[in-house]
Amino acid sequence: MTLSAKNLHWSAGGATILSDVSLDVRPGEFLGIIGPNGSGKTSLMSLISGIRKPQAGAVLLDGRPLSDHGRQAIARRIAFVEQQAETTERITARQAVELGRTPYLGALTPWSRADDAIVDRALEEVDMAHFAGRLWHTLSGGERQRLHIARALAQQSPTLLLDEPTNHLDIGHQISLLQLVREQELTVVAALHDLNHAAMFCDRIAVMQGGRIVALGTPAKVLEPQRLLEVFGVTVDVERDGAGGCFIRYRRPEPRPPRLKLVASEGK
Amino acid sequence: MISDRPILLRTGAAFAALLLLLFALGVGAAVGETAIPLDVVAKTVANRLWHAGYPLEPIDEGIIWNYRLSRAMVAACCGSALALCGVILQSLLRNALADPYILGISAGASTGAVSVAILGIGAGALTLPAGAFLGALVAFGLVSALALRAGRGTSAIILAGIAGSQLFNALTSFIVTKAASAEQARGIMFWLLGNLSGVRWPDVWLALPVAILGLLVCLWHARALDAFTFGTESAASLGIPVRRVYVVLIAISALMTATMVSIVGSIGFVGLVIPHAARMVVGVRHGLLLPASALIGAIFMIAADVLSRVIIPGQVLPIGVITALFGAPAFALILSQRRSVL
Ligand SMILES: Nc1ncnc2c1ncn2[C@@H]1O[C@H](COP(=O)(O)OP(=O)(O)OP(=O)(O)O)[C@@H](O)[C@H]1O
Ligand SMILES: [Mg+2]
Repeated sequence: MTLSAKNLHWSAGGATILSDVSLDVRPGEFLGIIGPNGSGKTSLMSLISGIRKPQAGAVLLDGRPLSDHGRQAIARRIAFVEQQAETTERITARQAVELGRTPYLGALTPWSRADDAIVDRALEEVDMAHFAGRLWHTLSGGERQRLHIARALAQQSPTLLLDEPTNHLDIGHQISLLQLVREQELTVVAALHDLNHAAMFCDRIAVMQGGRIVALGTPAKVLEPQRLLEVFGVTVDVERDGAGGCFIRYRRPEPRPPRLKLVASEGK
Repeated sequence: MISDRPILLRTGAAFAALLLLLFALGVGAAVGETAIPLDVVAKTVANRLWHAGYPLEPIDEGIIWNYRLSRAMVAACCGSALALCGVILQSLLRNALADPYILGISAGASTGAVSVAILGIGAGALTLPAGAFLGALVAFGLVSALALRAGRGTSAIILAGIAGSQLFNALTSFIVTKAASAEQARGIMFWLLGNLSGVRWPDVWLALPVAILGLLVCLWHARALDAFTFGTESAASLGIPVRRVYVVLIAISALMTATMVSIVGSIGFVGLVIPHAARMVVGVRHGLLLPASALIGAIFMIAADVLSRVIIPGQVLPIGVITALFGAPAFALILSQRRSVL
């Protein structure tokens, strides 16, 4: 299965949000998308998942534009975990995961033992089996996030799009979740904020800035102090371990000159 | 979850539901100014449907067959259709307060019906139900356009609905006051509060197919409605053709509302309260919630109709008064319980 974006343009509310974005997702890779808030990560992922349609350009699934595939056919190949998805319905944790089976169930297809087994496995994989019966509104943010991931796993699509999957998770669950996703034989595209996680888990990283992809390559190539300064405005040291891995160490910014304080006291 | 249950249990539940509904219909036909025993009701039905030939009082038989049974049938159709509309709108709009009455669809349907009946709009080409249907569509279009402009939010939809229903109710009153004769006006005002008095068999043959069609269309989309739990984008990523589902389900709820309003007038609180009551009993999955709401709605309306006939001896209250008398406190209860949940 191949998935690629060709010269995507997307604008909303009168502003151009993505311009000329092209991206080939390689089968089986873990592709990270990093970039500051508002750089267009979520927008790009919703175009790739087919939820939004580009104004120009196309997303190609197996060489054909997404719009040629039916919604259900897309859902069987691409699962998408949104950055935020909430509900006020009194559903249980397990029911939230069961929704992942939707693309395989027609109006008259009965729920089967196999579906149950898939849901059980997904719950176990995110370490939420013991909470299966809990109501959604009683769960913590991190627990909800893990259930969203479990739903995507239950969807059994070969491609997983994750928009900030580690949101709300404690560090232990952040790492185990990324490891879990990495271990699956899946193609993964994930928007990440933690650069060290991106360095640890990604095969390639795309850097977004102002609605464009400004760099694309292996972590060691992409995560350069100069680029991170330009894109994120932070000063970093990058340590390389010699085996292609790297670690980011953030430097504390110099204290600001006391200009603001002076202005404030003068104004009094 | 319905689909987890073995087939046998499901068939059993469906059978029990059907029996319950038949029993409610029987009681609806038996109770009234003159009480008629249930077995006479059963025998009347047997006589009329299968020429069973039980010897019965012709008057009793006439009252049951010509008045009460058709009335109970329409009440049942109306109750289930409105309850189904409530479930659909609450799920699609992700709003616990959505129902055809609050969103102004009922008010629009009344305006449409009144325009045809009094103003003669359509010059005879439009029937009353067709006028109500058009009115419902116009109202829904207007309310959703307003809600979209106001920012799509949960409260935007409700506020737009309030504006819409006020506008259409005012239009209806305006038309009635300006153009109707006093006689017409009284008849129409009574009808706008909901009224089953004039209902006969031809109304059943309109209400029943629409209610059954509505139930089938809704059940067909049960899984799609489940998929809206986390919003439209999540539904789309689960493979739901969101736009098509919206169009089909909104159209079917406009059809159901418009049909029922054109037969019995606009009746509040059924679409709002019944889905919440059903959720408390069977949970939130639509495979079970939809049939349960339809059943509870049907029984509730039959009961409300019976009450409206017997509560003041010698007088018939508009059924909308009864549904509001019971629905409003029930809704207050639900609201106060939600607080502790959210
Ligand atoms: N529907 C919309 N209408 C108008 N502007 C939008 C819309 N959707 C997104 N934007 C804008 O597009 C830009 C990119 O948004 P996007 O959500 O893709 O950013 P992001 O990279 O995911 O940011 P974050 O790290 O905060 O999640 C933002 O400036 C946002 O305000
Ligand atoms: Mg985002």
